[in-house]
Amino acid sequence: MAETIRLDVARYRPEQEGEPTFQSYEVPLRKEWVVLDALNHIKDKVDGSLSYRWSCRMGVCGSCGMMVNGEPKLTCATFLTHYAPGPIKVEPLRYFPIVRDLVVEITDFMAKLKSVKPWIVREDEKLVSEGEYLQTPAQLDQFKQFSMCINCLCCYAACPVVGLDQHFIGPAAIALAQRYNLDSRDQGNEERLDMLSQHEGIWGCTFNGECSKACPKNVDPAGAIQQYKIKAVTEWFKSVLMPWGKGGTK
Amino acid sequence: MKQAHAYTLYRPKWYRKRVSTWWWAQQWRSFKFILRELSSIAVGYVGAMLLWMIWSLIQGPESYANFLAWLKSPLIIVMSLIAFGFVLYHSITWFNLAPKAMPVRVGGKRLPEWMVAAPNYVAWIVVSAVVIWFVIGGK
Repeated sequence: MAETIRLDVARYRPEQEGEPTFQSYEVPLRKEWVVLDALNHIKDKVDGSLSYRWSCRMGVCGSCGMMVNGEPKLTCATFLTHYAPGPIKVEPLRYFPIVRDLVVEITDFMAKLKSVKPWIVREDEKLVSEGEYLQTPAQLDQFKQFSMCINCLCCYAACPVVGLDQHFIGPAAIALAQRYNLDSRDQGNEERLDMLSQHEGIWGCTFNGECSKACPKNVDPAGAIQQYKIKAVTEWFKSVLMPWGKGGTK
Repeated sequence: MKQAHAYTLYRPKWYRKRVSTWWWAQQWRSFKFILRELSSIAVGYVGAMLLWMIWSLIQGPESYANFLAWLKSPLIIVMSLIAFGFVLYHSITWFNLAPKAMPVRVGGKRLPEWMVAAPNYVAWIVVSAVVIWFVIGGK
């Protein structure tokens, strides 16, 4: 196949250069090729030193998020033909420190994610012999959308607040917190409230809405954050109006 | 900087790009977002004008006449027009965002977004119509 497309790929080799540069590669323009296929082609046939993350190549693992022509995208779901005749600019996810080429440092995100306890918190743990915690399809439907998050971090790269305030917990972590808050089996609402209702939590969000546009799994983190803002305000009102109450969880 | 940077120890040579002060000017939709945020100043301005109007009404007819005369000065007319534009923009963007913040569920299904936004618009138009009717019909 004669037709090719040019990829301008960001390179950063800390042992050689002080800041990222771009390197251009010509790759075959195939109808069924996504940006990740082009990167794999480069690594395999052209330049083995190119570093990037990927795993499942089918939109499940969330490893291959990168900036494609300035937009955060899952490169395994972003077709080359969409950008023809090119060139296509491929950069590491915005706002994250760059480790090498297209690989970013995400330890900070992992710490933030853990801080909101994205797991089922129980006050009264049942014995295994007592059986599972049952849930109706309607109860599942309450949080299912937010559970689709694959931690690809496209929403962080889309959010200007993440860029401006490093302490902002960020869209995906809050959406996942909300996923567990809305789960009928969970009892950890109050534990998460302290973390989420601080300035670096939901109140850092300016409802720019870019996170929801960038999300490849239609999680709508912006919606999750605004819904949580309403919840935090009602909880606060309840605690002021009824200081004797426990400030209920659900 | 709190816990966020503990890991710099192990990644001494990473590269972090500073966000430009002009980040909002680089894309049309970021610019629209900043305009939306700025529109709250206009909302505050209109609120202050309303409070001032009530205050001058309480002070008596002379004070209210002075207030009305001040409103008619060219600079204030221009300011009011700009504020009106911003307040319109503020209201429309707010109503359009409302469905995201308030997902209404009926019978286990989430209502489509327009069904949450529409009542806001209807209420807005009705209240505006009543106000206009008072202003015009009062003369």
